[in-house]
Amino acid sequence: MWVDAAVIGIKLVAVVGVLLMTVPIMVWVERRGSALIQDRLGPNRVGPAGLLQPFVDAIKLLIKENLIPAGVDKLLFVLAPTIALVVALSLFIAVPFAVDDGLELVETPIDGFIVAPDLNIGILYIFAIASLAVYSIVLAGWGSNNKYALLGGIRASAQTISYRLAMTLSVVGVIMAAGSLHLTQVVTSQSGVWLGFLPRWNFLIQPLGGIIFIVAAFAETNRLPFDLAEADSELVAGYHTEYSSMNFAAFFMSKYIHMVTSAALITVLFFGGWQIPWISLPGGWMGAGLSLGVFSAKVVFFLWLFVWVRWTLPRFRFDQLMALGWKIMLPLAVLNFLWVGVAMASGILT
Amino acid sequence: MMNADLLISVPYTWVLALSGVLLAIGILGVLLRRNAITIFLSLEIMLNSGTLAFAAFAMHFAAIPGMEATALNGQMFIFFIIAIAAAEAAVGLALFIALHRLKGSIDVDRANILRW
Amino acid sequence: MTALIFLTAAAIAIIFAVVAVVHRSPIMNVLALVGMFLAIAMVFAIIGMDFLAAIQVIVYSGAILVLFLFAIMLLDLRRVEGIGEGGVFQLLLGCIAVIGLGGAVVFAAARLSPETGAWVTGAEYGTAYPIGRALTGSHLFAFEFVSVVLAAAIIAAVYLARRDR
Repeated sequence: MWVDAAVIGIKLVAVVGVLLMTVPIMVWVERRGSALIQDRLGPNRVGPAGLLQPFVDAIKLLIKENLIPAGVDKLLFVLAPTIALVVALSLFIAVPFAVDDGLELVETPIDGFIVAPDLNIGILYIFAIASLAVYSIVLAGWGSNNKYALLGGIRASAQTISYRLAMTLSVVGVIMAAGSLHLTQVVTSQSGVWLGFLPRWNFLIQPLGGIIFIVAAFAETNRLPFDLAEADSELVAGYHTEYSSMNFAAFFMSKYIHMVTSAALITVLFFGGWQIPWISLPGGWMGAGLSLGVFSAKVVFFLWLFVWVRWTLPRFRFDQLMALGWKIMLPLAVLNFLWVGVAMASGILT
Repeated sequence: MMNADLLISVPYTWVLALSGVLLAIGILGVLLRRNAITIFLSLEIMLNSGTLAFAAFAMHFAAIPGMEATALNGQMFIFFIIAIAAAEAAVGLALFIALHRLKGSIDVDRANILRW
Repeated sequence: MTALIFLTAAAIAIIFAVVAVVHRSPIMNVLALVGMFLAIAMVFAIIGMDFLAAIQVIVYSGAILVLFLFAIMLLDLRRVEGIGEGGVFQLLLGCIAVIGLGGAVVFAAARLSPETGAWVTGAEYGTAYPIGRALTGSHLFAFEFVSVVLAAAIIAAVYLARRDR
């Protein structure tokens, strides 16, 4: 009993620690990456290649005054960043990130040591928790008592409802192919080959669903080209205009943690999770380490994709965003799971 | 009553009692509030108390051998109640927006032109 | 242990429900309702209905209440009337009705014998599989019909909220 509790505790600390550590690294990648794309230098003064810049920024944010403006609704104003951070951190819990078959520690099997709790409603858990993230934006927008923040909040609520539908429907195909809501089962269902030579990744079987999910993930993380909620050139900083110090840092961190979670979900749902095409992983600790490495590599690629797209594409107009969500992505998502259904029924996908 | 079984699960009557309390609070809201949004939220509380009652009895029947289908029916009802609640929310909010446009307020006492 | 968690969830649900009904700010009403729905999802999870717990959070907290927030922000409702401002008579009648009805249900629940059934351990009855089978099997007609109802509701909502009549 207490061993289980200890294992869960260690897992939680490790996952949360890694997640929090990715934030400064991602900030650095983002700033250096944008500099690379825009042909400038980017931060290069603090530490080697500016690597310590985000840490210095974090310290700066920590020691600044936590300003709560006079006109705000104090409860909502403080609640919003808290919700953002809690939701972002609790999302990742259900994501499996490595294989853990036959692991032993001092000749005692420790099943489920690496893979996070394998909930029997895995995907639904993630959607349920992710659906709470919008409250942080809406409440920040409303509680700030600022017209730009309010506009950001209203945009965020409309955007979330429109994109959540397409996102959920695009995952229906994955659930059908896996025959389960367990995320580990979704990963194992993508092992082997399809049509003789293609890796059996969901992205290759149902590319439409994969693309819709990735696009919706951009909308979900409020990043360009869908960053209407904070659109700096129109709304100052959108919903977090009035925030400073640690409250701002909470929003900032939750944004990057969301990005990591989205990249991990794209990997798990559509790109075979920790599996390497055509190669089956060895068991034991080596397999666990190798699968963790493969998973991390895939996640890093999608994180870079997030940065890449952000500094390449311009922002959508709000009506274009809504039209894309409702009129294009939603029907295409339906088409995608129709295709999966037909493929499963006709035996192309067995 | 406080025996080892409580470590595993709770009696279905507790769920039923919770459902009753929530129903009462929901009725209170509908009877005593006058702005349409809060009345609507109270309706949602009452709908949820209904789902809890179904859940309580589904739980009850799930433990009786041979009644599993009945337990499943209870959960089906919860599922459909949630779906209908979504439809109801869409129509209700559209109504309030129309009412607000017409009267400049969502106080339900102001929507009285059909009264004699 | 489970009983303790259940009682906590129930207490949270009741407190938030009261706040949702009596608070003067519509935003706080909606927020309290989010708390209540989360607590009820917790109750569902405790009694083994995992699937419904997830659906409860996704549909209610994730969609319906976001819609409410959207409407409140659109109508800019910062402060509305408090409870019981419709007169003493209304307040009195309301309280009597509530105490009567709520008391009746709680009383009835207390009279039921909790020994029959009630202990569902490790049951699979609340996971996605049996629910999915039932939805696409014995309840297929209702399932399809709900989609018609939802479509009708969307059309009705669009028609009602349309600006140009």
